[in-house]
Amino acid sequence: MPPTDMSRRDLLAGAAGLTAGGLLMAGSDADAQPQRPAELKIGITTFLSGPASVFGVPGRQAAEMMVDEFNQRGGIGGVRVRALFVDEAPGTEHLVGEFRRLVQSEGVHVMFASISSGSCLACTPLSRDLQKTTVLWDCATQRIFEEGPQPFAFRTQGFATPEVLAPLLYLLKTKPEFRTMAVINQDYAWGRDSWEMWRTGMEALKPGVRIVAELFPRLGAPDFTTEITRLLAARPDVIFSGHWGGDLVTLARQAAERRLFERSTFVLPVAEASLPILGRTFPAGHVIGTRGDHWNNHPRPKDPARLRALNEAYRARFNEPVIYPVHHMVQAFNALKAAYEKAIAAKGGGWPNDMELAAAFRGLTFDSPTATITLREDGQGLEDQIVGVSTHAEGTPYAIPKDMVIFPAAMVSTPVGMKSVDWLKTLKPDILAQVPAAISG
Amino acid sequence: MRRGETLLGLLGAAALVAAALLAPWLKFILTVALAKGIAVIGILLLLRAGQVSFGHALYVAMGAYTVAFLAPAMPDAAVLLPAGAAIATLTGLLIGLFVSRYREIFFGMLNLALSMVVYSLLEKLYDLTKGTDGIRVELPRFFGMALDRPGFEWAMFATALVLALGAGAFARLYLDSPMGQALSAIKTRETRLEFMGISARRVLLAAYVISALLGGVAGAIIGMTTRHVTPLLAYWTASGELVFIAILGGAGSVLGPFLGAVTFELVRIYAGAAVADAWQMILGGVLLAVILFAPGGLWGMIAGLLRRRAGAAS
Amino acid sequence: MAEWFGDNSGLLGLALLDGLASAGLIFLVAVGLNLVFGVLRIINVAHGSLYAIGAYAAASVGIVFASMGLPAWASLPALVVAAALVGGILGPLIERLVLRRIYGQEEVLQLLVTFALFMILEDVQKLIWGVQPVQHDQAMRLLGTYDVPFAGDVVPFTAYQLFVLPGVALVVLVGLAWFLRRTLTGRVIVAVTTDREAATAMGIDARRVFLLTFTFGAMLAALGGALSSPTGAIVPGIGAQTIVLSFAVVATAGLGQTEGAALTALMIGLGRSIAVYFEPELEVVVPYIIMVAVLLVRPQGLFGSTVARRI
Repeated sequence: MPPTDMSRRDLLAGAAGLTAGGLLMAGSDADAQPQRPAELKIGITTFLSGPASVFGVPGRQAAEMMVDEFNQRGGIGGVRVRALFVDEAPGTEHLVGEFRRLVQSEGVHVMFASISSGSCLACTPLSRDLQKTTVLWDCATQRIFEEGPQPFAFRTQGFATPEVLAPLLYLLKTKPEFRTMAVINQDYAWGRDSWEMWRTGMEALKPGVRIVAELFPRLGAPDFTTEITRLLAARPDVIFSGHWGGDLVTLARQAAERRLFERSTFVLPVAEASLPILGRTFPAGHVIGTRGDHWNNHPRPKDPARLRALNEAYRARFNEPVIYPVHHMVQAFNALKAAYEKAIAAKGGGWPNDMELAAAFRGLTFDSPTATITLREDGQGLEDQIVGVSTHAEGTPYAIPKDMVIFPAAMVSTPVGMKSVDWLKTLKPDILAQVPAAISG
Repeated sequence: MRRGETLLGLLGAAALVAAALLAPWLKFILTVALAKGIAVIGILLLLRAGQVSFGHALYVAMGAYTVAFLAPAMPDAAVLLPAGAAIATLTGLLIGLFVSRYREIFFGMLNLALSMVVYSLLEKLYDLTKGTDGIRVELPRFFGMALDRPGFEWAMFATALVLALGAGAFARLYLDSPMGQALSAIKTRETRLEFMGISARRVLLAAYVISALLGGVAGAIIGMTTRHVTPLLAYWTASGELVFIAILGGAGSVLGPFLGAVTFELVRIYAGAAVADAWQMILGGVLLAVILFAPGGLWGMIAGLLRRRAGAAS
Repeated sequence: MAEWFGDNSGLLGLALLDGLASAGLIFLVAVGLNLVFGVLRIINVAHGSLYAIGAYAAASVGIVFASMGLPAWASLPALVVAAALVGGILGPLIERLVLRRIYGQEEVLQLLVTFALFMILEDVQKLIWGVQPVQHDQAMRLLGTYDVPFAGDVVPFTAYQLFVLPGVALVVLVGLAWFLRRTLTGRVIVAVTTDREAATAMGIDARRVFLLTFTFGAMLAALGGALSSPTGAIVPGIGAQTIVLSFAVVATAGLGQTEGAALTALMIGLGRSIAVYFEPELEVVVPYIIMVAVLLVRPQGLFGSTVARRI
């Protein structure tokens, strides 16, 4: 079949030519001077199936709400906004394909990547390769910015280290008398990392605590009977658990029924999202966090009216209470708006290209309903952390935090250029003196 | 039919190159699809013996993780690809010695169990494998050449295409050889094979090891293309996907796996883009429709059309 | 060794109780799968979906019962009602509309048909029940806890897990054995399991047996899900995880073997809970290690009989 061979050779030659051309284009693409587009497309990766969709779907709902809200107010820089969603659940190899499709075929202007840390770790190198600004809207892994510079990736919320350190400091400040502890974490990156950070920080600040059980049941385990029996038998003073979603609901219900909550103090950094569904089953007196500062009963939000409006609008539209991924998505949208406005202003009203948009994100400051968030020079956002102890208040059918401490982000975040575990080793007990006073009530 | 197969194979290859030229994002998808097609060729060999492995994603994961572990030390595709294939082949030989004694459900479930053990270990051994976060693969060289990203992607696409054509041709020859004929005999009347003095176990073992090798090749290509490997590669649904592709494409031809793989990836992407919430349902529906109404798969449909044409012409 | 047992006998006792509860659930799900496989020769991947739907339906029925003002004890029969509904509706539907068309086709096609059903049902669950965890734990709270003495102290267990789960499993095991050995329908099922060709040659209506068995298997899957629902949260994806474990049980047990499934479930349940106490990192691989070990020694599974070779 000579003709086929010919044409294939031609095609391959063409391929080589196009590759070279593509190279030049890639260089000039990000720098090209774009026209104001007809619409601003945002590619969003989130979990739409599987166990993590308990966060992914609220994230998507929040995005839909923000798109409508922005468009009602004239969009961003006068351009209407449109969101395109992709399911993270089928795995990395599918996700990176979808990322490319969104950037290269759909022509999205910005990407919002991922709940799963694994997805984020796969997407950030792609953001550099494709020179597409990528907002890491929910994932927490500290590895992203600690393993090398990220020219096009920005995280508009906190990360794992402050989310673990803040509850640790809170516990050491409010209940410093414990001698033994145990961990029950989901067996995946966050479960392993968060425990390593907790243990490292604890060894630096309160050496000598005996660890009586280290349990890592698999992610999505339907039952924790055996683990709870073992914790009941071991009687630790404190139990740390990074559980979330269905796993946390199951753990908390079985622990409540079998009086484990009465024997040990739990520290649950990701409790907030599961509290509404647990209702009064979740008892008072345990340390709870929300991966940030956005409790619905935030004691002093920056913009109380906006926080209330968000809560009411979300509940009215989706018939669910706001949980933290909603806030993280709202933060990502607010950051995007602020970045475009900054870039457009810097360009005297012109529409920014990819380079200029990324430049606008670096060092960006934007408002969330609860606070002002600044993105550091490495791209990491500085989000305050609020930790409190659970209580049952009148008028709320589920546990909420009281005696809240607002940890300033800079205090609990790994400094730029350091690795989290190395930094936690250097902590000195005098950091406890810097912990702000609890806001009673 | 044989000549038709070759011709269609080359035509298909040309079509893929054209598609990759026209849409850069497709090139990536097609590379992954070709790689999966290579792995499915292995499934096809086992299917010829009537055995369904519900755990072959294990070998894909082996290939991919070999790439991930070796890439920092030896960042060259020319090393990583054979290494991934070799590790998968060795594992396949080891496991094959054990599972080739079993048939049908035991064969399928043992493969499933072993792949789930590997999946669990990839998740468990966090210090070694980074757990579910997975391992990132930096851009390797290609036969000593330090290519940039688009260049390397073309190189991987070309590699996948060449290996796919090679694997298809090899499978065709193998199935026509006495070893291939013996495979079919395992499916129909195994004992007769033994009467002829042929060890059914060895025949199956040979096919099994080849299928592991092909899985390893596929995994290495996927690892270097996606450049991020996670334990999900070894999960049982990934193995199910490979069998799915084999049936979707049709088990009657060595082109089936590639037809199936490309269709599978495209359906998944377009279903995901159209209804991000219910892409699984659409894929499931397609699979159900194919099995109920076109059990020969896509190849069966094409072959039917060709036969009718040939019939009309004569 | 003896010393080790002496030191850890208390913990081993606790592990035994934990293992029994989880073995009960594993058995219920696996025995249905095994029964269907024994009769229809189809490995039903959608069995996991039926389990998940059973769990969701049980929570929904429980919530409806509670909202109707029925007393708390009604939450227990609600579990069974939900399982019967799910199995009774979806079972015949799947068998009639889908499986019936592919009997006699290649094994791989039959397997993949159920894989396709599994994929479809995964999304159906999401459409009906959403993605937020669903829970209804009235049945567990109703029975309270039972304090087991341990090291001069007590360890509270939920009575539901200590008594109801192993109890139901035992009832199903004994009931099934009686049904298969002593009733005509049961004997017909056994006949079809043992030798389908001979059974049909003797005038047994295989189609009716298939429909009956599949519906019954679906009910057992749904019952497993329903019984698991009071102690845990139901989220998308639970079906996928349940089914793999059940596969391991079926292959280890031997095809169509009810007692084999019970023994295997017990080994896996106990093995896993002992692992959590003494070597937690091994817990997830315990079922597969047991399976591989058993099949190395007995290639037909624990209770499987040697299949006559075809010539």
